[in-house]
Amino acid sequence: MPNEYRVSTANRMRRMATNHLASGLAVLSTILVVAPLVAIFGYLLFKGASSLNLAFFTKTPAPEGATGGGMANAIVGSGILLAVASAIGVPVGIAAGIFLAEFGRGGKLANLVRFTADVLNGVPSIVMGIAMYALIVARQKHYSALAGGVALGIMMIPTITRTSEEMLLMVPHAIREAALGLGVPNWRSVLSITLRTASPGVITGCMLAFARIAGETAPLLFTALGSQFWSVDVNQPIAALPLQIYVYAASPYEDQIRQAWAGALVLIVLIVGAVSLVRYVTTRGVLKGAS
Amino acid sequence: MGVGIEVRNLNAWYGANHTLQDINLHIPANQATALIGPSGCGKSTFVRCLNRMHETNPIAKVTGSVRIGEIDIYSDASPVEIRRRIGMVFQRPNPFPTMSIYDNVASGLRLNGFRNRRVLDEVVERSLIHAALWDEVKGDLKKKSGASLSGGQQQRLCIARALAVDPEVLLMDEPASALDPVSTSKIEDLIFQLKAQYTIVIVTHNMQQAARVAERTGFFLNGKLVEFDSTHKIFTNPGDKRTEDYITGRFG
Repeated sequence: MPNEYRVSTANRMRRMATNHLASGLAVLSTILVVAPLVAIFGYLLFKGASSLNLAFFTKTPAPEGATGGGMANAIVGSGILLAVASAIGVPVGIAAGIFLAEFGRGGKLANLVRFTADVLNGVPSIVMGIAMYALIVARQKHYSALAGGVALGIMMIPTITRTSEEMLLMVPHAIREAALGLGVPNWRSVLSITLRTASPGVITGCMLAFARIAGETAPLLFTALGSQFWSVDVNQPIAALPLQIYVYAASPYEDQIRQAWAGALVLIVLIVGAVSLVRYVTTRGVLKGAS
Repeated sequence: MGVGIEVRNLNAWYGANHTLQDINLHIPANQATALIGPSGCGKSTFVRCLNRMHETNPIAKVTGSVRIGEIDIYSDASPVEIRRRIGMVFQRPNPFPTMSIYDNVASGLRLNGFRNRRVLDEVVERSLIHAALWDEVKGDLKKKSGASLSGGQQQRLCIARALAVDPEVLLMDEPASALDPVSTSKIEDLIFQLKAQYTIVIVTHNMQQAARVAERTGFFLNGKLVEFDSTHKIFTNPGDKRTEDYITGRFG
């Protein structure tokens, strides 16, 4: 090797030091990001796990002042609220994302939709609750799971719309041309080729939105209201884990505070479980070598 | 069987850019016709006008007539029908990344609502055999993604995918420019065999390739068709000075 290409020892030491410093900083940042998550989860386990028992998952809340009881109705209630929300947020969000990326490109309507989605994303969740109170609860003259589900569903839309749009735009132009070149109608190409190619990202967007609203309390205060009893009727007030945690955490009774911790633990585990399940199911069919 | 293509007074624009000017030519059936010319001369635009892919760009415009067999593709049929009869292979291999090899080949039929599994199996096998890929992939048809194949295999997969919808014409826009010499010669062998059943139009930057595979060659320059004749004539005794300059490497 000619001499001029050699690196002097001093230079090499300096480069190695810089390299170690940069790697060290990267590791440190990672720790800083992950630490709060681990700390929260650890503290929840510490505080909540001891209050978990079979009754927590099978019983409704105990009457005021009494000990025992559980959050079975809140777990089921959260499930119903999230199902209603997803039934609204996922299709509307994905459809709007498809419109933005595939059909409205650069058009006035598309810009309006994108702007609206961004504004909607910034609307405080309590405002969403009040809006649904005015639009649904005040008209029906009763609180309902439906109103809560709609409030959460609308909150899902902007996240899903914008991530779907971004993911669809990342699908290479060559892939769309391949489909059109085969004589596939445009709508079919969008649904079966572009959306399918973008689906891992679109699903991630849906999961992000889902995880975000699963812990929302404020939009439910004036809509689903909460309940101490069993209910699976979407036209009745319904219990939800975040609401139950909110009420119990402020309670003067030791037992209820412990149950609030347990509820928080269960809520996080359920969210992580649901997200992991969807990931598992949707990546199961992925082929060898698919990018 | 392939059909001939009759192009009359074809003009094309991208925005204000007049990319094709008064093109007239007859592409004979069951032969390979090569289109050569420097970058930006309009040859890719020309083949994209033959299956109405040109108009998928919102700022693009076309006038004139293109008859493929009996039909005028701009007045007698929808773009979707036209593209089913005129297959296209692109410069870079573009298999559908989420689909298996089998699904890639079957995609043209499936996406148009065809579901008969037995017939699909036959079509996939026949198309892969025609594209000279069958022996290399027959064990992994449904296991491997189309994207997991090598570049040359991917391009033959794209050819198989185009053949599966049973077109009459096959347009190839620099099909080997992203491939190594071995894969390129495979594609060229393939073009030789495919001529028996399809009319082939191939855009190429590689003049040896044009000389090897095509009966007829057209030379494009600045949006105009300068010369169109038998490949032998174009490469040995061109009628136009500009053609001669180009094939002897004086510009381009």
